[in-house]
Amino acid sequence: MAQASGSSAGKSSFGRWGVHLAVLFFVVIWTIPTLGILVSSLRDKDQIIASGWWNSFFSSSQTQAGRLAPASAQQEKDGKFVIEGNIFETPGASQISAFGTRAQQPTAYEAGSVADLGDGETLQVNADGTYVHTSAKAFEGERGQRVYYASTVPPRFTTENYQTVLFSEGIGRSFLNSLTVTIPATVIPIMIAAFAAYALAWMRFPGRALLIAVIIGLLVVPLQMALIPLLEIYNGVGNLFGVPSKTYLGIWLAHTGFGLPFAIYLLRSYMAGLPRELMESARIDGASDFEIFMKIVLPLSFPVLASFAIFQFLWVWNDLLVAMVFLGSGNDQLVLTGRLNALLGSRGGDWEILTTSAFVTIIVPLIVFFSLQRYFVRGLLAGSVKGG
Amino acid sequence: MADLTLRNVKKAYGSLNILHGIDLDIESGEFIVFVGPSGCGKSTLLRSIAGLEEITSGDLSIDGERVNDVPPSKRGIAMVFQSYALYPHMTVYDNMAFSMKIAKENKAEIDKRVKQAAEILQLTKYLDRLPKAMSGGQRQRVAIGRAIVRNPKVFLFDEPLSNLDAALRVATRIEIAKLKESMPNTTMIYVTHDQVEAMTLADRIVVLKEGRIEQVGSPMELYKRPGNLFVAQFIGSPAMNILPGKVDKAGSNTAITHIGGKASVPIATPASAQGTEISFGVRPEDLYVAKGKDSLFEGKVDYIEQLGEVQLVYVDIGRGIELPLIAKLPGNVPIERGATMKLDASAEDLHIFDANGSSFLQHKPEAKAA
Repeated sequence: MAQASGSSAGKSSFGRWGVHLAVLFFVVIWTIPTLGILVSSLRDKDQIIASGWWNSFFSSSQTQAGRLAPASAQQEKDGKFVIEGNIFETPGASQISAFGTRAQQPTAYEAGSVADLGDGETLQVNADGTYVHTSAKAFEGERGQRVYYASTVPPRFTTENYQTVLFSEGIGRSFLNSLTVTIPATVIPIMIAAFAAYALAWMRFPGRALLIAVIIGLLVVPLQMALIPLLEIYNGVGNLFGVPSKTYLGIWLAHTGFGLPFAIYLLRSYMAGLPRELMESARIDGASDFEIFMKIVLPLSFPVLASFAIFQFLWVWNDLLVAMVFLGSGNDQLVLTGRLNALLGSRGGDWEILTTSAFVTIIVPLIVFFSLQRYFVRGLLAGSVKGG
Repeated sequence: MADLTLRNVKKAYGSLNILHGIDLDIESGEFIVFVGPSGCGKSTLLRSIAGLEEITSGDLSIDGERVNDVPPSKRGIAMVFQSYALYPHMTVYDNMAFSMKIAKENKAEIDKRVKQAAEILQLTKYLDRLPKAMSGGQRQRVAIGRAIVRNPKVFLFDEPLSNLDAALRVATRIEIAKLKESMPNTTMIYVTHDQVEAMTLADRIVVLKEGRIEQVGSPMELYKRPGNLFVAQFIGSPAMNILPGKVDKAGSNTAITHIGGKASVPIATPASAQGTEISFGVRPEDLYVAKGKDSLFEGKVDYIEQLGEVQLVYVDIGRGIELPLIAKLPGNVPIERGATMKLDASAEDLHIFDANGSSFLQHKPEAKAA
């Protein structure tokens, strides 16, 4: 008996560990790339190429080539010809660990040591980049001695990338465009769906069940199927009124249409779960359907309204397809996803641009998700748990 | 203030009939209790009066005015729900003020009436609280307060105590009784399946069964002179003992034969009843241990439930132990299991019902429950 209970306890604790491990797994899977993008976006663009973001907190070592000052800079000292200077344009940015004069052996000498180059020629390069090049004969030639050196660059973090993408790559403008699309495309369906959901949940009228069935049916209609016919209609309507077909109003309506079935379905199932007696009590108290909706149902439905708002906001924000079809690609209409797509083509190798743009794109969903996550969970449970 | 008249009120959901023609007159200021087993239509009847259900046919009048098609809020009623139905996002004050705010009454008047109601129900210090921060009993008081504020002609209660625990139920029951006393002109209609609530609160009880009124009468009338077998067994706990019997001699005093022997019942029976099968009833609490030789019943004690003040004695009187005679005897009478005992009852505590289950009292028009 004791054994049995012991083993069952062990099993349940195993199950709990399983859950914890699974959660940990997903957190790691999700967090690491996000963190990678964030860190990369804050790094210096040369360092991004030199090392992975996980090395970004350590100094990176690179082998570089430079040239000493030309012969015209030589001075005669104690019967020797000397060229002095600093190999770095901006001294202090990095440290030299070793140097050499031949490409085959770029790190032949340690920093600070004096290298004998033959023919009475010596070169000393110090860690801070200063060098002394001496020779028994006068230097000749217009170009200075070529020097290879290994430098260690300390980690450098910067917000320059953000300035670049926001103001010169057009991400800032696209950010505003995305907000212009997303906010009305979230608010409009909620307003329509809330009224519809109340009517479908609590008002009796002929054909109500059929209407609900149609809306549930619309949930499974793929968006792609409707794109072209919709665009045709838009163009027709646009021509009729003499306005361009690709406008913000158009995409608001498109997102509203695509979002409504799910919105009505989610809100209706939540509202239908509110206690019937509340409505009846309000009716006895003299409230009309509109008053019941505004004063009782709407305040009580706040959690589900918030959770639908999150769904819709994230879906519209991340949408590329509908935006491509219903919105132009000009600077004043290109949304973030579209801009990212364009940057991927034009600046495909510039990781600092891409990671920064990506992070700008995900920052809004992240804020929305974390600030409203309790409604998110509640919304997912809507209808399955009473009073959820 | 408000007479309520129901004439042949019927309610059906599609082909399913819930109420089969209810006729009822409720006088102004009465406390009426609808009682009956689950599914008897008592809640439906109440909701029809409230206007939450539409009546399929028949007439419902309040103060002589037909209100079949009048919306609930215009009927001059207020309802207290089983689940309280408080608006969870509003404070107690706002809950109570809601109906007046909807009616766009002026603020001072709202404030006055809410405070007044809160005073009556001792809710004054809770006015700023949300319902979730209150106990069940307090919530029920808020629900009642919300009804009071509306100043209704008719109060409707739909099983208002069934969500409360036993102790609170008694306390709230007394509060409702006192509330009724303080508002003598207000008609109250109360639905319950609990016969204790029905007996203690009602001026008149309406017993319903399967959508029909079985009997209407004061609590003691129903208890003393149940109109039929259903009412006889529904009112009183444990239920009345019903035994098969036969009329030996009809008349103003009826002589019958039952399983335990013979008895004379002071209830008049028509001559036509002579020789017919009848049901013979006696309440457990009307039975006592026979003192003399003569007794109504004699049998072996099969089982005893000792409750302290009383004991329920299950006596096998020859019908088998599945159909015992139950007697409610004082707790201090020594009784042994397996012993043979004799039980008796006063003649006026005996009941007889005809083959259809109606009481013979019903056969005399003047004895019919008002």
